[in-house]
Amino acid sequence: MDKQKVLSLGKLARIGIRDEEAEKLSHEFEAILGYVGEVSKLTAKEGDINKEEMLSRNSMREDGSPHESGIYTERIISQAPGRQEGYFKVKKVL
Amino acid sequence: MIDLSAISIKEARESLKNGEFSARELAEAALKTIEEKDPEIRAFLEVYDDVLSQADLADKKIKAGEDTPLLGIPVAIKDNMLLDGKRATAGSKILVGFIAPYNSTAVRKLLDAGAVIVGRTNMDEFAMGSSTENSAFGPTRNPSDTSRVPGGSSGGSAAAVAAGMVLGSLGSDTGGSIRQPAAHTGIVGMKPTYGRVSRSGLIAMASSLDQIGPLGKTILDAETLYEVIRGQDPMDSTTLPEGAYGEEKGFSKTIGVPREFVEAEGMDPAVKNNFGRVIEKFKSLGYKIKDIKTPSLPYALAVYYILMPAEVSSNLARFDGVKYGLRVEGENLLEEYLQTRGEGFGIEARRRILLGTYVLSSGYYDAYYGQALSAKRMITAELRKAFKDVDLMLTPTTAAPAFKIGEKTADPLSMYLEDLFTVPANIAGLPSISVPAGNVETDGKNLPVGILLTADLGKEDYLFRAGKEFSGEAL
Repeated sequence: MDKQKVLSLGKLARIGIRDEEAEKLSHEFEAILGYVGEVSKLTAKEGDINKEEMLSRNSMREDGSPHESGIYTERIISQAPGRQEGYFKVKKVL
Repeated sequence: MIDLSAISIKEARESLKNGEFSARELAEAALKTIEEKDPEIRAFLEVYDDVLSQADLADKKIKAGEDTPLLGIPVAIKDNMLLDGKRATAGSKILVGFIAPYNSTAVRKLLDAGAVIVGRTNMDEFAMGSSTENSAFGPTRNPSDTSRVPGGSSGGSAAAVAAGMVLGSLGSDTGGSIRQPAAHTGIVGMKPTYGRVSRSGLIAMASSLDQIGPLGKTILDAETLYEVIRGQDPMDSTTLPEGAYGEEKGFSKTIGVPREFVEAEGMDPAVKNNFGRVIEKFKSLGYKIKDIKTPSLPYALAVYYILMPAEVSSNLARFDGVKYGLRVEGENLLEEYLQTRGEGFGIEARRRILLGTYVLSSGYYDAYYGQALSAKRMITAELRKAFKDVDLMLTPTTAAPAFKIGEKTADPLSMYLEDLFTVPANIAGLPSISVPAGNVETDGKNLPVGILLTADLGKEDYLFRAGKEFSGEAL
């Protein structure tokens, strides 16, 4: 992990990072990744796992009648830093 | 004036029903305590301006004979839970100015139960931290020693209860954020089973781990709050119906201690001695103590620091300067994203988003995220197997009492180690409670410590039962 890598992660994550901060973060990431890399030691015996014990599933709600169109629009749009009528306003993309 | 630190929710409800005091008098006492103590403690980011009118409404209902579990009870909520029409910032600058457009399910359930919601409490930014020092609005101080942290990330919710400003509060727990501050402030904090409490309207951190739970002075207070907020919710597809957690096997008063895990790490000698006394006390209460072998537990924290940042990097993508909160103007849309997120997020949020982006990126995904998912399954399987022989697992909540403000801010990894004992319950989705276990002397100060009881999926009742017996509360 080096400064350049941190700066490119910043671009990927859409977070502006200053050079000196990237330098500092690169050293912290070295230490953190060294620690979390330990997980590779645990995966050898995955065959032992009984998948039945994994309790993660979705419970879906009824696909019923939706609320009336537009009744929440003002509440939501009023939070936006920039708006035009019923839309979020952003700088042009292209 | 009513002393909130001296009464439980149950006692307050009795007094309200008997007319010994009114909900308004109780709320006034809460506000007065906040006015006196909070300039130093800083548990609250905001005390709502309608507290007394909420209390008056409760008094009307009490007069009309209504009897809901929290009617007239002053409680606080963590700043990452939405209350319709009120601000919520999750302790972050990026959400300054945001007004909740709807109620989170947990908070709506508090309101339905008659609670008087006093305000929103300080927290580490987006619940990332173990001390509240990562709050964009400054740290909360520990009521037991104001030079120390109250723990985190629900440090404001814990300090507000411990200082007698409210009778109970809600926190959220992704890796220990309810239980660790409860231990550091000498109160009870509980993380329910994953899927027990709806997260609808909770500002998400790591969605496979986050749970909302109660903080209170007594086990019964925590249980009362938990009973109010629990239940399946069509607005959170991960919530499960009653009976989803399998057969009741019956409580056999058997506690497993993962001795190797507990003793391997650098534990404060006073905490270690205290833990020995805790085990003896459980024995004297008729509990069988078994040594359990859990070789994968020491890896739980490493697993956590892969899965959590990965989910953080995805969940926090929504803060983009377009939909709500802060926008920093830039030349074009990309510049606005970079500047808004660069300036709006504090250092720990930035650190975790970048780390999560790294472990999910092409070429590293398998080595980190894939391995961590597989390790999560192993840890879960190992713990669930252990619960075939024991009702509960017991460890200290933290390896040491509360640390000094500033002590760990320079070294993120040392801060992360605060979650060592609490994280396994999040990884495996298990219910877990921190119970006060006396004080230890550190630097001439008497500081509270907690013990952590963890049970199999859906067995919250075991936590409450053992917690009550240990604390000498009526069953």
